[in-house]
Amino acid sequence: MEKGAIIKHDIKKSPRTGSWRYMKPEVDKDKCIGCATCVPFCPDACIEMKKHKNDKRDKADIDYEFCKGCGVCAQICPVRAIIMKKN
Amino acid sequence: MNKDLAKNLAPGHSACAGCAFPSIVRTILGEATTPVVISNATGCLEVTSTIYPYTAWNVPYIHSAFENAAATISGVERAYLAMRKKGKIKKKIKFVAFGGDGGTYDIGLQALSGALERGHNFLYVVYDNGGYMNTGNQRSSATPYGAGTETTPVGDESFGKVEMRKNLMGIVAAHNIPYAAQANIANLADLKMKAKKALAVDGPSFLTVFSPCTNNWKFPTSQYVAIAKLATETNFWPLYEIENGKYKLSWEPKTIKPVTEFLKTQGRFKHLFLPKNKLILGKIQKIVNDEFARIASLCGL
Repeated sequence: MEKGAIIKHDIKKSPRTGSWRYMKPEVDKDKCIGCATCVPFCPDACIEMKKHKNDKRDKADIDYEFCKGCGVCAQICPVRAIIMKKN
Repeated sequence: MNKDLAKNLAPGHSACAGCAFPSIVRTILGEATTPVVISNATGCLEVTSTIYPYTAWNVPYIHSAFENAAATISGVERAYLAMRKKGKIKKKIKFVAFGGDGGTYDIGLQALSGALERGHNFLYVVYDNGGYMNTGNQRSSATPYGAGTETTPVGDESFGKVEMRKNLMGIVAAHNIPYAAQANIANLADLKMKAKKALAVDGPSFLTVFSPCTNNWKFPTSQYVAIAKLATETNFWPLYEIENGKYKLSWEPKTIKPVTEFLKTQGRFKHLFLPKNKLILGKIQKIVNDEFARIASLCGL
């Protein structure tokens, strides 16, 4: 029994929702302009801006552990740098 | 995982792929400058984010029942005030309640009304997906005219819901609260600005946010931002705020698109494009035009 039935957030206990995925978003890092438009719209907070090679701007990087493959990022990318591929 | 975005609502929740509310919750809570306490009405957000033994919430969170998100947060807020008086808590805390349209427009309306009238220091956010989506798309009083749902099925004799949407913003504004606003997830800067204003208010504030539902509005999972954007561009979902009783339009499209542009993106309105339902389409356009004209006149335009 947990006292007071309080559950603490623990990411280790979380279901790995990446297994839901049917289509996989892939970022074309050369095409990505680093605008970060996709970041706030990802329902699973999977997109992070990370350093890529020697590029000046950080590029979008997707965490496939939680990505459900909805394709929102690919749809709103202004330069179509994210492409949905079969998982 | 984006640590900055996940600091309030982490991934691992089981909301449908392409659902809009996780972004809404993160955007609004991201604007908070003080610690927050959340109360939640039963609904998609509650059942998907708190599946035992995991919780996606990184902030204190309480859920008690469908109808009383606002009443629960009132109690929490009063307990906080009492403890602060006794010197047990020093820091400033903001209280936020989340509810779907079912838990706000219909079932939680009297709890919401009571909490607004008592003037607790809290923000109530309704993510409006126009129905009871968690239980399989039953109509609510936020479902738009003409939409096909489980309880307003489409057939030879019926074209979907025959009633109009409830004017919740009007009801909320009638409580004379300091701040209420209607926002849209697709207009992110506008939503952020409104969340910031609403969280800064010392007293009750209210936000209605448009939240497309991929599963029951019947559109591809990748489309929620595009559809939310169309809703505002067609004036189906005008953006405005009510500050101390004064209406102010936040954004006006330069060229207003016909409402059919918005309707045709979704399966729940598919039947309206049959020849026999042509009159209904005209009626929806009229409802949208009249509603926008009403809001514009309140804004003094």
